[in-house]
Amino acid sequence: MTDVPTHATHLPPRPTVVRADRDGVADATVKVDVQNLSFYYGAKRALEGISLQAQTNRVTAFIGPSGCGKSTFLRTLNRMNDIIPGTRVEGSARIDGQDIYAPNVDVVELRRRVGMVFQKSNPFPKSIFENVAYGLRINRLVTSKAEIAERVEESLRSAALWDEVKDRVHDSALALSGGQQQRLCIARALAVRPDVLLMDEPASALDPIATQRIEELIYRLKSQYTIIIVTHNMQQAARVSDHTAFFWMGKLVEFDRTERIFTAPREKLTEDYVTGRFG
Amino acid sequence: MSHTAYRTLLSRLFVGACGLAVLVALIPLAFILFFVVSQGFQALNLDFFTHMPKPVGQPGGGMANAIVGTLILSGLAALLAVPVGVMSGVYLSEYPQTRLASAVRFASDTLNGVPSIVIGVFAYGLAVLPFKQFSTLAGGLALGIMMIPIVTKTTEELLVLVPGSMREGALALGATRGRAVFSVIIPAALPGIITGIVLALARIAGETAPLLFTAFNNRFFSTSLTQPISSITVQVYTYAISPYEDWHRQAWAGALVLITIVLVCSMLARLATSRVSRLRTR
Amino acid sequence: MRARSQDLGFRLTTGAFAAALAAIVIGVGVALVSQSWLTIQKFGLGFWSTSTWDPVAGDFGALPFIWGTLYSSILALLIATPIALGIAVFISELCPARLRTPLVFLTELLAAIPSIVYGLWGIFVLVPAVRSLQTHVPDALRALPIFAGPPLGVGMLSAALILAIMVVPFTSSVAREVLKSVPVTQREGAYALGATRFEAIRAAMYFARTGIVGAVMLGFGRALGETMAVTMVIGNNPQVSASLFAPQYTMAAVIANEFTEAADALYLNALVEIGLVLFAITLVVNGLSRLLIWSMARGARGPRRKPAGAAA
Repeated sequence: MTDVPTHATHLPPRPTVVRADRDGVADATVKVDVQNLSFYYGAKRALEGISLQAQTNRVTAFIGPSGCGKSTFLRTLNRMNDIIPGTRVEGSARIDGQDIYAPNVDVVELRRRVGMVFQKSNPFPKSIFENVAYGLRINRLVTSKAEIAERVEESLRSAALWDEVKDRVHDSALALSGGQQQRLCIARALAVRPDVLLMDEPASALDPIATQRIEELIYRLKSQYTIIIVTHNMQQAARVSDHTAFFWMGKLVEFDRTERIFTAPREKLTEDYVTGRFG
Repeated sequence: MSHTAYRTLLSRLFVGACGLAVLVALIPLAFILFFVVSQGFQALNLDFFTHMPKPVGQPGGGMANAIVGTLILSGLAALLAVPVGVMSGVYLSEYPQTRLASAVRFASDTLNGVPSIVIGVFAYGLAVLPFKQFSTLAGGLALGIMMIPIVTKTTEELLVLVPGSMREGALALGATRGRAVFSVIIPAALPGIITGIVLALARIAGETAPLLFTAFNNRFFSTSLTQPISSITVQVYTYAISPYEDWHRQAWAGALVLITIVLVCSMLARLATSRVSRLRTR
Repeated sequence: MRARSQDLGFRLTTGAFAAALAAIVIGVGVALVSQSWLTIQKFGLGFWSTSTWDPVAGDFGALPFIWGTLYSSILALLIATPIALGIAVFISELCPARLRTPLVFLTELLAAIPSIVYGLWGIFVLVPAVRSLQTHVPDALRALPIFAGPPLGVGMLSAALILAIMVVPFTSSVAREVLKSVPVTQREGAYALGATRFEAIRAAMYFARTGIVGAVMLGFGRALGETMAVTMVIGNNPQVSASLFAPQYTMAAVIANEFTEAADALYLNALVEIGLVLFAITLVVNGLSRLLIWSMARGARGPRRKPAGAAA
């Protein structure tokens, strides 16, 4: 992995955007704005004073060694950690300017707006169709049969799965391959039309070809969503993301344009990590 | 009401209903314990343990014969169930993949689910009918058969927990498989196995149905293995369905003794189990 | 080699004990069949479809017993299942961690109380309570067949209630284990789509549905074979009645009550045949329930990829 910096330069050209934006006003909208966020499991502090912004229509990647807090941080953004007893958050996390930890926030509504895809694909033991329709049904976003079918197809198309499953949408989702299951989970998340899509190592359990398809999908989806992805695979971060945050022991060490992180990081720790000298 | 509000309400109702279910189940438990303790305590005294039953109309008396009977019956049951159960458990943990192992596991689960009254019928045919005589041995046989699957299961589960390194250590020193099992693995799991046996004993000591027509009942003090014998449970049953106040009191006292046995055994088991889980993490 | 032959000896010795265990189960089946051969031959299937139980005349029809057993067990299941599942969900999904151990202990205690103690409590506490409840049932309802009959206290309702209490801990403990085996990602997947707590738990229960059905069936198996407590409160009257208030009889109860009185061979054979069928029913119910629980556990652990046909 020592050739990562050079690898990064082989990537197709893409807009270079930093927080101080040079790419036009439309692209510079800050979607997710986290200020000084700390997270506790009981008395143990798992995250320490994290501040970063994720922009609309950009992919933000979180990298770092296992246990560095990148997944925990991702899960604070849709309050997924709420379901673990004894956890606590300090600081603020805003989406579209609204503090998601404010007392009047409806967590159920928040989670609908902030979709999530997990490390291990987790389809429900139902048909492909019912998996995608699940969020629509519980949230009653659309009610008529035709609308649901329409939305399911649209979501499966967005997740680049439609062509493979269109003849068997009523078969069990568990019959799909691992990569298809993961794209199904993405379709399921897209169906409820979130603005932000959180992905927790979405390709870590997949083979290289399935991984490539997921990465292509991420690249296409960013025109419509704000995507935040956790990955342990630095090449993947380099390939798919616009911005990269490097976490280490519960702290955000460096956050910058992806190219910069991989070619000219400011911090020694970041450099050691991306060049494979540890972790 | 908006759909979201409705869903939130539904969710809260569901959580409340689950909590309520716990209360609904704990109420009878509290009721039963309360009645057994309060009624039993009034009737329980030293005489209960040292005296024989009195004929109807004479107050007092005890269940000395039934207490001894239950001890003897449980002892006989253990005599049958411990060797068969432990050895079967050893076989299941040592040769888990064999066809015999699957068959035995199936048989053990099946036996565990057979109604106790049916076990009684079986023991009757095996040990009462041929000799035309209700006997302690027949009762012990019935209880022993009930106990076997419990002991088997505990033994298997605990032996599997013993770290592989212990076995390898013994085998590396040139021990045969049997040697390794009996000198290293069983001793390591022994506290747990004993716990399992104690729990199994507590369970069968509370059994009534399999004794009704095997050990039957005996108004007199007896320790003979070939004669009918009294037991606390059958005695409680006899007293409970009788029309006499005095006997009802005795029945409650007997129930209190039974519940105490169960409680003490579970407490002991809990203590020992924590020791076993320490073994596991070591 | 010496060690080799010693290993074989060890295997044979332990295997012999294990085989003895299996032999007992077969022995039970064989013994029950051979000792009920008289009635099997004499009455055939008619034994199970007629209602006359007259030992003196040598006339044996076991329909009331099988009716009473099924009626009381199904009724008990209807009462116990929601409660048991509620407890399982509460303990595994909802309650604070420090409440978990005591609650598990208490529900296990419910399973550890001897049947005879339930029966004693049933006679002296539950039955009078049910009787006073029955006297308060309005006449309009009493006209319905389901509430027909005098308020005796003993009868189907008391039996079903006591069975329900006894079955709850079994069903709930298996259901708890089953829920525990549901991957946490299933609940998170639902939450991430905006599910409420109820909806996420429902998703987990849906995932575990086979195992939960298994847990309920296991409770059913327990209820079918339960003897003492039922014998003491059901009233022991061999009749086929729809009434909750009517004293009825179960298979286990008739064996418990009449076995020692069965003087002639035919009578004894009739009782053993009831035992045989009870054995067979519980065998099937328990076997099926274990199969369901096992396939659920395997599904939760096993590979995610399955052939399309097997993934229903």
